[in-house]
Amino acid sequence: MSDLLRDLIFDYTLRNVALGSALLGIVSGVLGSYAVLRRQGLLGDALAHAALPGICIAFLLTGSREQIVLLLGAGIAGWIGTMLLLAIVRRTILSEDAALGIVLSTFFGFGITLLTFINQRDDANQAGLDKYLFGQAAALVEDDVVVFAILGGIALLLVLLFYKEFKLLTFDAEFAGSLGFGTNRLSVLLTSLIVVAVVIGLQTVGVVLMAAMLIGPAAAARQWTNRLSVMIVLSASFGALAGVIGALLSFTQEGLPTGPTIVLVLTVIVFFSLLFASARGLVWEWLRRRRQRRNLTLGGPPVEGGRSRP
Amino acid sequence: MTVAAPLYEHAPPGTPLPAVSMRDLTVAYRDTPVLWDVDLDILAGTLTAIIGPNGAGKSTLIKAAMGLVPVAAGSVQIFGRAYDEQRNLVGYVPQRGSVDWDFPTNALDVVMMGTYGRLGWIRRPGKAQRETAMHCLEQLGMADYADRQISQLSGGQQQRVFLARALAQEAELYFMDEPFVGVDATTEGAIVDLLRELRARGKTVVCVHHDLESAPDYFDWLVLLNVRVIADGPFAATFTPENLARTYGGRTHRLTQLIATGERTRAAEGVEARA
Repeated sequence: MSDLLRDLIFDYTLRNVALGSALLGIVSGVLGSYAVLRRQGLLGDALAHAALPGICIAFLLTGSREQIVLLLGAGIAGWIGTMLLLAIVRRTILSEDAALGIVLSTFFGFGITLLTFINQRDDANQAGLDKYLFGQAAALVEDDVVVFAILGGIALLLVLLFYKEFKLLTFDAEFAGSLGFGTNRLSVLLTSLIVVAVVIGLQTVGVVLMAAMLIGPAAAARQWTNRLSVMIVLSASFGALAGVIGALLSFTQEGLPTGPTIVLVLTVIVFFSLLFASARGLVWEWLRRRRQRRNLTLGGPPVEGGRSRP
Repeated sequence: MTVAAPLYEHAPPGTPLPAVSMRDLTVAYRDTPVLWDVDLDILAGTLTAIIGPNGAGKSTLIKAAMGLVPVAAGSVQIFGRAYDEQRNLVGYVPQRGSVDWDFPTNALDVVMMGTYGRLGWIRRPGKAQRETAMHCLEQLGMADYADRQISQLSGGQQQRVFLARALAQEAELYFMDEPFVGVDATTEGAIVDLLRELRARGKTVVCVHHDLESAPDYFDWLVLLNVRVIADGPFAATFTPENLARTYGGRTHRLTQLIATGERTRAAEGVEARA
């Protein structure tokens, strides 16, 4: 155990992987809270898939495999995909789930086509883009972590700055509009910040699993608290915890891929929270009901606190 | 065919500014007009009910007044100026069902949102806003529920939280969208008290209302709406069987009979127009 802790601090690879994953967990935990509360959990999924053709196009245009260039392409494509999605919802009769499906599959299909094309070109430069499908956290280097920290820092700063506005937008967008907070602009800003989280996640957990990083921590955190600020902090903590534990597990166990391991750890946290959380846990709810039923059949007095308390 | 007070531009000098003034207002959803050519002045200091059948555009009317829905044609003024310049004079109570009450927050926090408009961008609510919010909760008899998670409030209590939030806006003009729907007797009483107090303080309230039976007791000004303004004016003079029949397309047969025979009473259950 102490060896592991020493490695966490002094082993170059493990430190970067753990730090990068923790940063991803924090940023996606914070922004995922808003996405989940706005019932837009799958927005991140569409967005991540939409980023794939951006990576390919950035590579085809520049021939560069520089992290920053590819992530910029990813960010732009993801952003375009999201704006397209919002426009479809606003201007057509299609509902949000249909629009999500359209954007996700079209962009992802296009991305896979480009990826295949690049792989068949048979130049020495080709390889490496596939890693964005499932992520390759083990390949994170110090520069990546620095980029994550800067991007994530900016995103978190904006969330802190517009905390009140985002809260109002999420709870009651119409009221926010009546107060003069431009709800369209706020939505675009919030969604753009989710793009940032996705860009950070592409390299670590990849296009396919990114949605879990946005939804999982927030869904788990919602179980434990009835306050938005606490939920956001908890969500960030769960994300970071999953990131670090996932990184450690895949470091110590031969053949465990980091990204999917992080998502599995997250899943454990989510299930535990769904079942045992103090306020809303299903197990407590079930016990309460059973006690209530027994008391009723025995003709005892009604149980105090039949409804859950915050 | 508007039974209207003189429109603002033609009013004699010295007439107070109407709280809301709409000219040729048309709102369409795709190709269907929701509001058609609405000309309307709502006098300051009135408790105005907006009444009409489902789909008459009642909610749309107040949303259009606040710039919340795109307007196809026409204009709206609030106390003589565009809404954007006057928004701090306006309070809003949306329909209770329009938000997710499972949102992680408590009653006091929701009421504090009423102060956000004056705070503007980025500034955080502080002690002053907290006190305002607490005071508004007290006025609606909800002080004991300040820390309660909002999903654990009854429908009526949620409605009172929404009203307290509007109160915290410290406005001159309040738009309320069906505040009486699905509330208990305590809440109904609290809302009526609030309306009367607002009027006593010279505020204006424009309230979308659906219950023809209670409306005469609560309001002193009436707008009958069915895509167009059918009639508007002082309540008693406007609340006539003919006007109601024209608003509801004759579906208020029983009610108009009741009014005609002077028996407008507690017998309105079963009135079809209630829907």
